[in-house]
Amino acid sequence: MSDARAHYLNAGHSMRSWLLTKDHKRIALLYLASVTALFFVGGSAAVMFRLQLLTPHGHLVLPETYNKLFTLHGIVMVFFFLVPAVPTVLGNFLIPLMIGAKDLAFPRINLLSWYLFIAGAALALGATLYGGVDTGWTFYTPYSSVFSNTYVVATVMGIFVAGFSSILTGLNFIVTIHKMRAPGLRWFRLPLFVWAIYATSFMFVLATPVLAMALLLVGLERVLHLGIFNPALGGDPLLFQHFFWFYSHPAVYIMVLPAMGVISELIPCFSRRRLFGYEFVVMATFGIAFLGFLVWGHHMFVSGQSAFAGLVFSFLSFVVAVPSAIKVFNWTATLYKGRIRFHTPMLYALGFIGLFTIGGLTGLFLATLGVDVHVHDTYFVIAHFHYIMVGGSVMAYLGGIHYWWPKISGKMYPDALGRWAAVLIFVGFNLTFFPQFIVGYLGMPRRFYMYPPEFQVYNVFSTAGASILALGYLLPLGYLLWSFWYGPDAGDNPWGASGLEWKTSSPPPVRNFETKPVVDEEPYDYEGGRYG
Amino acid sequence: MKGDGMAESTRAFAEQFDDPLQQKEAAQAGMWVFLVTEVLFFGALLTAYTVYRHLYPAAFREASRRTDLALGSINTAVLLTSSFTMALCVHAAKTGRRAALVALLALTMALGAGFLAIKGVEWAREIHEHLLPGPSFEFPSAYPGEAGRQAQLFFVLYFVMTGVHALHLVIGIVLLGVLAFFAALGRYRSDYYTPVEVAGLYWHFVDIVWIFLYPLLYLVGGPR
Repeated sequence: MSDARAHYLNAGHSMRSWLLTKDHKRIALLYLASVTALFFVGGSAAVMFRLQLLTPHGHLVLPETYNKLFTLHGIVMVFFFLVPAVPTVLGNFLIPLMIGAKDLAFPRINLLSWYLFIAGAALALGATLYGGVDTGWTFYTPYSSVFSNTYVVATVMGIFVAGFSSILTGLNFIVTIHKMRAPGLRWFRLPLFVWAIYATSFMFVLATPVLAMALLLVGLERVLHLGIFNPALGGDPLLFQHFFWFYSHPAVYIMVLPAMGVISELIPCFSRRRLFGYEFVVMATFGIAFLGFLVWGHHMFVSGQSAFAGLVFSFLSFVVAVPSAIKVFNWTATLYKGRIRFHTPMLYALGFIGLFTIGGLTGLFLATLGVDVHVHDTYFVIAHFHYIMVGGSVMAYLGGIHYWWPKISGKMYPDALGRWAAVLIFVGFNLTFFPQFIVGYLGMPRRFYMYPPEFQVYNVFSTAGASILALGYLLPLGYLLWSFWYGPDAGDNPWGASGLEWKTSSPPPVRNFETKPVVDEEPYDYEGGRYG
Repeated sequence: MKGDGMAESTRAFAEQFDDPLQQKEAAQAGMWVFLVTEVLFFGALLTAYTVYRHLYPAAFREASRRTDLALGSINTAVLLTSSFTMALCVHAAKTGRRAALVALLALTMALGAGFLAIKGVEWAREIHEHLLPGPSFEFPSAYPGEAGRQAQLFFVLYFVMTGVHALHLVIGIVLLGVLAFFAALGRYRSDYYTPVEVAGLYWHFVDIVWIFLYPLLYLVGGPR
């Protein structure tokens, strides 16, 4: 960092210049450090229960501890890693750059969002570590509100507080994308990452308040012994489940839409082709965002909701697969006759397409009422949503980090090592989760600390895969940090990529662009001869 | 939304924007998006209310008759009047009348505080009558069996809804206090009054929420 040119990283070296920054790029790095730490906290819990499950009657942890471990894993990974990761790290860094703005519309609110996130994470994590919570990340009532003897209230308040971080981040993005685009950057010239974050922001704004209110009511019910969701006092526990999934199903799309946005950037760049069917991908993004709000009941097929509701939710869940499939076909069609380059980000993107497809197709099994009754609450479900959330979101997040790392840090990491890590993660992931489809189908229920001995072989595969996966995740942590200080300079546009973020220097100056950019080209113009 | 608009009194607009118009539009859009979030926040409570009223219509009718219709109606009038004075605030800011703006902001705050005071009287009365959900809840009912529990659900929703609404009003009053302070210093001119306008949107929203709560909580009991 000794170069003479002024940029956002050398604009101040004090703690204060970071903790009170209003620069969206620095705030993105604050988020990057926070969510990375939280990812490894959530991951360690997974390592512990995977070790417990190595043998049918594992004696590593007590049954109560096991419950607390999988709850911690779920809460941290969903609310404090997967939901915020792509929007707050890559979104924060890239949205102003991609639309040619100097910053987000409300920089102070952006910083406030980070502090709310940290406060929420501290509260939730403090509670889960201090005494633990054993409700699962779903907080089903009346167990969470009446019977559980663990730190439910502090945990739900932590999620409540972090929810405002999501809402304000979404608000900031929506206003920025509407009001601050560079001259010439019409809506249908926007990069698909911007579209994806835009749609995700609406889901933040619309879904999060419902979860906030539901958790507030759980807290009140627990503290004041009210009966809002407690059937013994006239309340309806199904109402809680409806509220919870009204947020938490859209939350799946909050996790995967930004990931799809990343993939839509990577595939054209490393195929040297314009994205196939740009407009269709935009429409599919909004199709997913809209339909995503109408399918929450497929989490409740066996809960006692009416058979008619189950039928409708089943049908709608099939419908939401259509726009997802459109995207997969469009990415694949972009590859066709492309000049494909297998750099690290591209390996993650290709991995995403394969794993997301498996996750999506098994989602159709689960959307089928009869099949769902058979595999409900088994490892089949665990495998399905990990294919979406880890195979999809985490792969895309890592792909995005590798793609934009030269822009973020100004440095290049060792690409060969990066490719090895990507392969390791792909192999480790499949070894961990594919056996869970089988063992789930055979009837192994989720959330138990022991299992019948005939399931052991699948669990041994899973735990072995998890070790490879852990190694795969540690590698990028190591070489990316190394490259930040010691890596070779990357140059402004090492991938020959389109998009405004590559037209400014790396790392970008504090105000992003020396002169206000003007856009005169269509998105992903890789075949027009401008990008070699 | 507000803070960034008032970054520095020397500059006409914050540095991330290109011009004052862009800043004004961003602030307005920001508040509208925030209000969308608020609709969903209260929407969850309205959904819960709808579900339980559908399940327990008789108990909800009976419980609703125990609310104070007279005070509730007076409060509705007070709050609607405050929306009127809030609209006058925006007009005064637009036309650059500083003294009128400060006075009208103070009047709006006073009406908001008046609403809270009357609401406080109602709550005290209801707590005294053992209508606060919890161990001390008592609800002598003409209907046998579950009616007491079901009526308690009504009062859970009553206290949560009016409580969350009152919290929003408190935030609104504080917000107007800050605006009144800066208005007295002469920060708002006819070419820059976005914070007043945006706070006005919030204030009207809080009123509209009450327009929904009033019939649901006070009027569903029918004639008393």
